Amino acid sequence: MDTTTHVGAHAAHDPHPHGEHPHHELGFWRKYIFSTDHKVIGIQYGLCGLVFLFLGFSLMMMMRWQLAYPGQALPVIGKILNVFGPGSMPDGKMTPEFYNSLGAMHGTIMIFLGIVPVAFAAFGNFVVPLQIGAPDMTFPKINAASFWAFFVGGMIMLFSFFVPGGAAKTGWTAYTPLSIITDQGGTYDPVFNGQTLWLIAFIFLITSSLLGAVNFISTIIQLRAPGLTWMRLPFFVWAQFVTAFLLLLAFPPLESALIMQLMDRLAGTSFFLPSGLVVNGTPLHVSGGGSPLLWQHLFWFLGHPEVYVLILPAMGIVAEIIANNSRKPLWGYKSLVFAALVLGFLSFIVWAHHMWLTGMGTAVSAFFQTTTLIISIPSVIILSAFFISLWGGSIRFTVPMLFATAFLPMFGIGGLTGIPLAFNSADLYLHDTYYVIAHFHYIVAPGTIFGLFAGIYYWYPKATGRMMNEFWGKVHFWPSFICMNLIFLPMFLQGMLGMHRRWYDGGQGWTLAGDKVWGLSGFQWNQPISIAAWCMGLAQIPFIINFFWSMRHGKKAVSDNPWEATTLEWTAPNMPPHGNFVTPPVAYRGPYEYSLPGRDRDFTMQNEPIEPGEQVHHPSTEPVLHA
Amino acid sequence: MEIPYTVVARRDTGVWNAKVGIWLFLASEVMLFGGLFSAYVFLRLDAGPGDWPHGVLNVPVGTFNTAILIISSVTVVLAWAALKMRQFTRYRIYMAITILCGVVFLVVKLGYEWPQKYVHFGARIKESELAKYEKYLGNQHLLAEGFAPRKEITGHLHNPQALHDPNIKEYEIALDPVNADPTNKKMDRPHFFYVPPTEKIGIVEKADVEYANMFLPKHSSYFATYFTITGLHGAHVLAGVLVFCYMLLPASTRLYRQNPEHLANRVEVAGLFWHFVDLIWIFVFPLFYLL
Ligand code: HEM
Ligand SMILES: [Cu+2]
Repeated sequence: MDTTTHVGAHAAHDPHPHGEHPHHELGFWRKYIFSTDHKVIGIQYGLCGLVFLFLGFSLMMMMRWQLAYPGQALPVIGKILNVFGPGSMPDGKMTPEFYNSLGAMHGTIMIFLGIVPVAFAAFGNFVVPLQIGAPDMTFPKINAASFWAFFVGGMIMLFSFFVPGGAAKTGWTAYTPLSIITDQGGTYDPVFNGQTLWLIAFIFLITSSLLGAVNFISTIIQLRAPGLTWMRLPFFVWAQFVTAFLLLLAFPPLESALIMQLMDRLAGTSFFLPSGLVVNGTPLHVSGGGSPLLWQHLFWFLGHPEVYVLILPAMGIVAEIIANNSRKPLWGYKSLVFAALVLGFLSFIVWAHHMWLTGMGTAVSAFFQTTTLIISIPSVIILSAFFISLWGGSIRFTVPMLFATAFLPMFGIGGLTGIPLAFNSADLYLHDTYYVIAHFHYIVAPGTIFGLFAGIYYWYPKATGRMMNEFWGKVHFWPSFICMNLIFLPMFLQGMLGMHRRWYDGGQGWTLAGDKVWGLSGFQWNQPISIAAWCMGLAQIPFIINFFWSMRHGKKAVSDNPWEATTLEWTAPNMPPHGNFVTPPVAYRGPYEYSLPGRDRDFTMQNEPIEPGEQVHHPSTEPVLHA
Repeated sequence: MEIPYTVVARRDTGVWNAKVGIWLFLASEVMLFGGLFSAYVFLRLDAGPGDWPHGVLNVPVGTFNTAILIISSVTVVLAWAALKMRQFTRYRIYMAITILCGVVFLVVKLGYEWPQKYVHFGARIKESELAKYEKYLGNQHLLAEGFAPRKEITGHLHNPQALHDPNIKEYEIALDPVNADPTNKKMDRPHFFYVPPTEKIGIVEKADVEYANMFLPKHSSYFATYFTITGLHGAHVLAGVLVFCYMLLPASTRLYRQNPEHLANRVEVAGLFWHFVDLIWIFVFPLFYLL
């Protein structure tokens, strides 16, 4: 094949034909900090993302106190939290403004600084080039720029906690006009205030994911190893491919909306301010004529594809781990690929299901109800294929597999509870209640985050040469799994009782919350939920220790392929050097050739040539390629 | 380590890396400007009759800038073609012309068109007081002709302190021709050539004004979208100019000596970006100047 000769030619010749980069060891800064190596960048993204995930979770643990014990002083740490300024926790009691900041920043940090960086950028960067047998990304410098844009954006977000008035307060959705009239006037700085910094930081984050998305797509198109045809790509690569397209095309409209909101705040325009707006009894002195609805459209045009950005990489990780640990080819590979593509496409035409309350006409709402129901079909296909893949396998319950199997029912609950929300009439009641919170957290928390944990335990030996500890991994898994459900299951009940998702007092002052379900009122349910949330925080300690301890002291990986997997990343040496592979790999077969009949091993790697007379039986294996 | 396909195309995909990259990038740019243009559509459809200004931009100047950009799009292709034929001097000349065009565009836009707006003033009259200013607005005449009403009185503000000083009760405006002579049929439609404000002074009481400001972004939805979109477009022009300047620097000459095809690829990619910037302008021009 032509491509073979080409790469071969590269490897055979002097690797530096122009002789202008003599081979030298990079210094510490170039090697670990300002690196252009996709693996280092992936790890940088991963570590930062994990820190942000923990931070976002900590904000929520603070809010849970206020929800369970509204108005009471937070013992011990309440006083320390005054670092957030005098308006945050006077006498250890949380102010409403600070509660709002915590809520808005929890959402923002978790989604844009936690999950996306880890699921897409970290795993994508570290794993995708290895899985497609590439030496690096197509544009290594742009890749580094992407990380640093993310880093700056994250730092601005953190910094915004400490400006006068504190961080942004209007939710991760920053609905206008509220988000434009807050954090203005009085003691607020015109630029260094929570909401304006939120907007600026966000522009950095969008730049980052834009650069990342361009890099991922072009890498997958251009740098696949010889023989690695599209239908031989591991499902993880497909998942990242679709994710990258979502980021590429859905983020820019939000960026335009951010620019407009920034103009509204800084230049006094009225993109999102309607005529005749009265704030605290005084008419706002602006030209008016803007449209709050426009913001919602632009926001959710990103917002909905974004939720698939959160879930698709996790699905990809789970696919790899299920195939590996059930020692069976993934069931329905082609359906999985097409389901992911359809999912990607449909996710652009469902956004208004977040806006049922805006009173759109029946025709528009019929359209979006229909598309929303249709989009659950590919989700169900993916989930079913995963379940069927387990059928008849010889399952090994390794730690990655525990997390991956737990993903399946959790994602199932999250997805199925979305269906009532897809109906305009049911959602008018459920909108903005804890039911919605429970719906998407079931997908993102025990779903995506479990997928991420699975991936960390799974690819850890590739990155470090050592395994994470099994026992402590299980000690991490079981409490996390139980706590997740204790946290989010009751939220469905609270939501169906009608509890609003943004109440500062946890519904204490709301009479109807006196209705009881399973012995507790909506408000009373806050206590067990909060306790479970704090336990969940404790349950992460074994993970954190395991993660750092194993780098030095973990069991050495028995080989470059400790899980006996089939995909190309396991043909590279552990802790792959700059450039990744000793000899550039060639792919001869599909990604999941487990338990081929008539072989002494139960796995056949993608770079093992087809043997003479071998039966090509798996649908993902394309015609035999002879090198 | 070297990344494959930076210069030569990969056989089965038929392209080299940066070409894939730039097309993807441009796709995202389409969505970025698409978001802004959709804002334009939204706000314009929301605006009531008479709320969307017409004829406030200088059409001949805009036409000139359009021509400039189109010329530069041609010269950048000629620069690329010269490189392909390994005519380095011609390449440099065409590149310099392209840069010059970009700079002229920016100077006209930021140095002339924008500042001309900052000094213009408009006062939107309250719905209930429109009749009082009939002599400046000529709405009876417009009604008879079947046109949308006028709600704003524009021109040069003679007492700019009035904007900030609450003790001043009136705006003194050197009226634009359309408010100076509102019933003249020539004023029914926007002028092609820019006509400066007249000597005639109009007095507008602040109490009758709904909202008044200079022609800044905050003046109206129209100027908000105009400044935002042309500003972002201008930033793109500037970025293109900077990239082209880099392609005339010694670093690029060295690249040409080593690997002329690589430089040609870079010019091609930058040229694609430049065409895109041009294309955006082709939408901006009719939307703001003509419609
Ligand atoms: C499988 C089919 C799904 C359906 C039918 C569905 C439907 C919906 C609907 C209609 C809403 C709006 C509820 C409201 O605000 O009143 C919603 C909210 C949400 N969904 Fe889903 N969803 C599905 C899957 C997912 C997936 C896979 C994710 C991935 C993370 C997700 C994440 C979210 C989030 C984050 C929100 C809330 C956003 C907010 O208001 O803050 N959903 N879902
Ligand atoms: Cu959605």
